[in-house]
Amino acid sequence: MKKKIVFKEKYISYLIIVVMFAAAVVMIRTGTASRKLQSWLVPICINIILAVSLNLTVGFLGELTLGHAGFMSVGAYAGCIFSQAVQNVMPAAVRFPLAILVGGLSAALFSVIIGVPVLRLKGDYLAIVTLAFGEIVKSIIINLNITGGAAGLRGTPQDSNYIWAFALTLVTVVVITNLTESGQGRAIKAIRDNRIAAEASGIDVTYYRLMAFVIAAFFAGVAGVLYGHNYSITSAGTFDYNKSIEILVLVVLGGLGSIRGSIIAATLLYILPEVLRDLQDYRMIIYSVVLILIMIINSSEQFSSVKELLDIRKAFRKLFSEKQKGEALNDQE
Amino acid sequence: MDFLSTLISGLSLGSIYALIALGYTMVYGIAKMLNFAHGDIIMVAAFTVYVFATVLKLPAAATIPLAVLFCMLLGVTIERIAYKPLRKAPPLSVLITAIGVSYFLQNLALLIFGSNQKSFPKIINIPALKLGQLTIKGESIATLSVSIVIMLALTLFISRSKMGKAMRAVSEDKEAAELMGINVNQTISVTFAIGSALAVAAGVFYGATYNFIGPYTGSMPGIKAFVAAVFGGIGSIPGAMLGGILLGVIENLSKAYISTELSDAIVFAVLIIILYVKPTGLLGRKTNEKV
Repeated sequence: MKKKIVFKEKYISYLIIVVMFAAAVVMIRTGTASRKLQSWLVPICINIILAVSLNLTVGFLGELTLGHAGFMSVGAYAGCIFSQAVQNVMPAAVRFPLAILVGGLSAALFSVIIGVPVLRLKGDYLAIVTLAFGEIVKSIIINLNITGGAAGLRGTPQDSNYIWAFALTLVTVVVITNLTESGQGRAIKAIRDNRIAAEASGIDVTYYRLMAFVIAAFFAGVAGVLYGHNYSITSAGTFDYNKSIEILVLVVLGGLGSIRGSIIAATLLYILPEVLRDLQDYRMIIYSVVLILIMIINSSEQFSSVKELLDIRKAFRKLFSEKQKGEALNDQE
Repeated sequence: MDFLSTLISGLSLGSIYALIALGYTMVYGIAKMLNFAHGDIIMVAAFTVYVFATVLKLPAAATIPLAVLFCMLLGVTIERIAYKPLRKAPPLSVLITAIGVSYFLQNLALLIFGSNQKSFPKIINIPALKLGQLTIKGESIATLSVSIVIMLALTLFISRSKMGKAMRAVSEDKEAAELMGINVNQTISVTFAIGSALAVAAGVFYGATYNFIGPYTGSMPGIKAFVAAVFGGIGSIPGAMLGGILLGVIENLSKAYISTELSDAIVFAVLIIILYVKPTGLLGRKTNEKV
């Protein structure tokens, strides 16, 4: 019985991605998707990859890091420079997967270099050092020639499309979901819940912290490659600490440690400002007010009654339990 | 002589960072939250001064007290509306709320004043000081002297006054302080008010030094001051002062002698090295982990 529930949870996440992909395909084939809607697909996938991977460090490992955009930019630049170098040698179908590997691996390499000394810090100190790392990467990229400097990198072949984006999103979600359910994932969660107890139980804390950090960075790099191959210019200014904070907002809004939550938040929070675009100057104000309201309603005691009204899952469960009136469900509660 | 004048302008920039960092560190010490919106209070302060001095043409002597009053009210209101309901929420939720407040302030300013930079009114009219070949700008003199006075007053307030004692007690142990009859909510409000008042000072000096202000003026100095607070050991008041001043000096020296573009990277790299050697910052208290 219990096992069945675990499986269900996991497959809902996959299902959301597959349904989104199917909807996209149907809408594009039938021509109902406007150009605007089509242009949203890749950025939404990038958002999901970023949010799910950051959830691994913030939600499952329990460490606040603010340098996710830094790893994204390392991945983006490594992937783009690679693609430009081999543009005339390889066809897009070979070039792009390789670029993704190059981007992901370089981000992972950077995360090892930064992670080994830095992961001995905790809490806000870790947060500020990762933020500092992101800013250093930005400054260095702006001052290098190979990256196009402050003007940005041009001439990257635009290899990414929504099919690649959805495939990579699915890979990210599958890998991270399965990781969090595996033995390694349980070790990571044990470190989050009580580091000292985990250490006493023989878990190599440093190793698993670094592992979560590096895997998250790898996928941030992958998202960066997608990003770099989706737009004609890649400029370092995009990947500043504000970008990292944006990703963190997705993770916290979706719920720490909830992959499905990250997927939903990443999708909705991309669409919200886009839909509000007609309101022009007011759009970011509305966005910020919505953000504050969601946080207050979600975590404040005073609004717990409001929250219950909005809780779809609980409403479903209620409906379900009224139908069944079974004992099994009562046991669960 | 070049070195000396770089050093002095670094000290002056550093004291601006220190003033902002004090706001961060005090709020962190008492409410255990990273108030990401603090940098934007500086921007609001600068714009308030701009409105009073340039648009309403009030004299400088009236402008600054009014701006201080306005920002203190703003700081307390933000705390009441956005942070107070989340007193018992996990720290990350409060952090995101603060980010929301920061976006809100930036975009409100963008809506009201537009994205063009406004020139900051000249309210500091102190002639430059010439000592032989060394010239010290009037703004630097004002920034340095006022900052020193503010920091001394703040240290005295924290260590001597009853409110300061209450603040220290709340930051040490909120529950115990409450049991001793300290009004925790009031103490937190006062902390936000003081932090915002310091932000006004920082905003005025920042505007006077760089002459132009815009809706995003507060975010970079805000983040650097946050770095400075961590640098000195977050939660520690002398640490924030030391961290801020060191940060300003390092930034200016690396701008002058290494590279203007890379100065930010150097500042952050120094931070990483310092935290590597001293994981709780320069003056941070070492907390022992209890099992």
